[in-house]
Amino acid sequence: MKLHKFKSSEITPESFYINRREFLKKMGIVTGTAFTSQNIITSALSYTPETERKITPYKFATTYNNYYEFGTSKSDPHKNSKDFITNPWDIKIDGEVENEITLSVEEIKNMIPSEERIYRFRCVEGWSMVVPWLGFPLNKLLKKVKPTSKAKFVKFTSVYDPDQMKGQRFPVLNWPYKEGLRIDEAMHPLTIMVTGLYGKELPNQNGAPLRLIVPWKYGFKSAKAIVNIKFVEKMPVSSWMNASPNEYGFYSNVNPNVSHPRWSQATERVIGENIYSPRIKTLMFNGYGDEVAGLYDGMDLRKNF
Amino acid sequence: MIKIFKPTIFVLCLVPFIIIAYQILFNKLGAEPVKQVTHHTGEWTLRFILLSLAMTPLKNITKILAWIKYRRMLGLFAFFYGTLHLLTYIGFDYQFNLDPIIDDVLNKKFIFIGFAAWLLMLPLAITSNQKMVLILKQNWKKIHRLSYLIGIFAVLHFIWLSKTIFFEPLIYLIILITLLTLRLNFIKFIFKKKSVT
Repeated sequence: MKLHKFKSSEITPESFYINRREFLKKMGIVTGTAFTSQNIITSALSYTPETERKITPYKFATTYNNYYEFGTSKSDPHKNSKDFITNPWDIKIDGEVENEITLSVEEIKNMIPSEERIYRFRCVEGWSMVVPWLGFPLNKLLKKVKPTSKAKFVKFTSVYDPDQMKGQRFPVLNWPYKEGLRIDEAMHPLTIMVTGLYGKELPNQNGAPLRLIVPWKYGFKSAKAIVNIKFVEKMPVSSWMNASPNEYGFYSNVNPNVSHPRWSQATERVIGENIYSPRIKTLMFNGYGDEVAGLYDGMDLRKNF
Repeated sequence: MIKIFKPTIFVLCLVPFIIIAYQILFNKLGAEPVKQVTHHTGEWTLRFILLSLAMTPLKNITKILAWIKYRRMLGLFAFFYGTLHLLTYIGFDYQFNLDPIIDDVLNKKFIFIGFAAWLLMLPLAITSNQKMVLILKQNWKKIHRLSYLIGIFAVLHFIWLSKTIFFEPLIYLIILITLLTLRLNFIKFIFKKKSVT
């Protein structure tokens, strides 16, 4: 009789295995054999996970990415980020704060446990996924500093490393990648810092070691490979606002009623569906209106697009 | 030579169609199937438009007349892939739902100019046979000068739909400008020659 030989990667320590079983059961999906070394809370979710739509296959969520630092084609990030070094990695939180701090990603992960968040992810290009992220509310990290009364916005800066990121050798965007949120948006419980996906470590092409996810905004708002979080007084100018101010606004909330100059935002294509599948209707605030609409009371979302 | 070359080129021009047909039939279109088909057919339309525009400059530069024999075939393949591109957009992407399509044509400049480019290809395709050349005489040449406008529209379509001009749209733009410059220079060169003699 021939014995089945396991690859070392297929063998999972028992202690992880038990946690993982619970975790996978909760996710309702099978994610393969990898396990994560992060500490994960599986209880006390503070949001409603996506249940109506199917979770996007792992293969597509990790091979179909917009990450111009590694190239402008959707398959480039997966191909070109294999050797990207994410350890050691420090994140500085500074600006209009009383006590600026620098933390390593390891310290952050040990300090704040990650939980699973199944969110819809809507790209400004008119496609969407449903991704089970691992992460923690950004406000848990931001609470480590005391913002001054001047602080109104939070600016995120991604890493600048043209030696490792060949897309940065060309002026495709004004590198490094910059994004921003209003403080109340940054502190909102749905806004998370992501450390992993599908029960695994965050792959490089998805923004390792630490990225933002703001599920009610278009995907480009969710900066990847963050190195600096800065509290500022004035509204930051993001890289995309800088590249094309009439196309990309500061808020960039998912809004089916406000069309982008190139893409109608009324509908979206679901990643992983076949060629005969129709587009689906895009939801206001990507379906998170109950949670976030209050942030924009009294604002004209056509002007503040 | 032409008897062997022409069928060979014809079959080669069909390869992009065979590839996409295979990918559709065997479900190998990846994460965003509609986009893959749209992109593939659109890219090959643009390539065939530029290839057909390259034949006259190639004839002038190499002094080999044979290039011209392929111009019509390449142009018709541009129309073939352009029509597939349009049908993908109307049929697969919007499932023949005309409201959002009309809205797109009127409001999105890249779709407007892409549609205009396809419309301009229609008269060229209809008047492409030998009979029409004889019937239209001098007018045939005038009508078929539209091919330059189609080239400009097609490249603009690609630039306007892309988030940044880097890198593919830029490459096509450079090729287009090169082709147009070669044409202009040649016309000037002819005129100079005439005025001298």
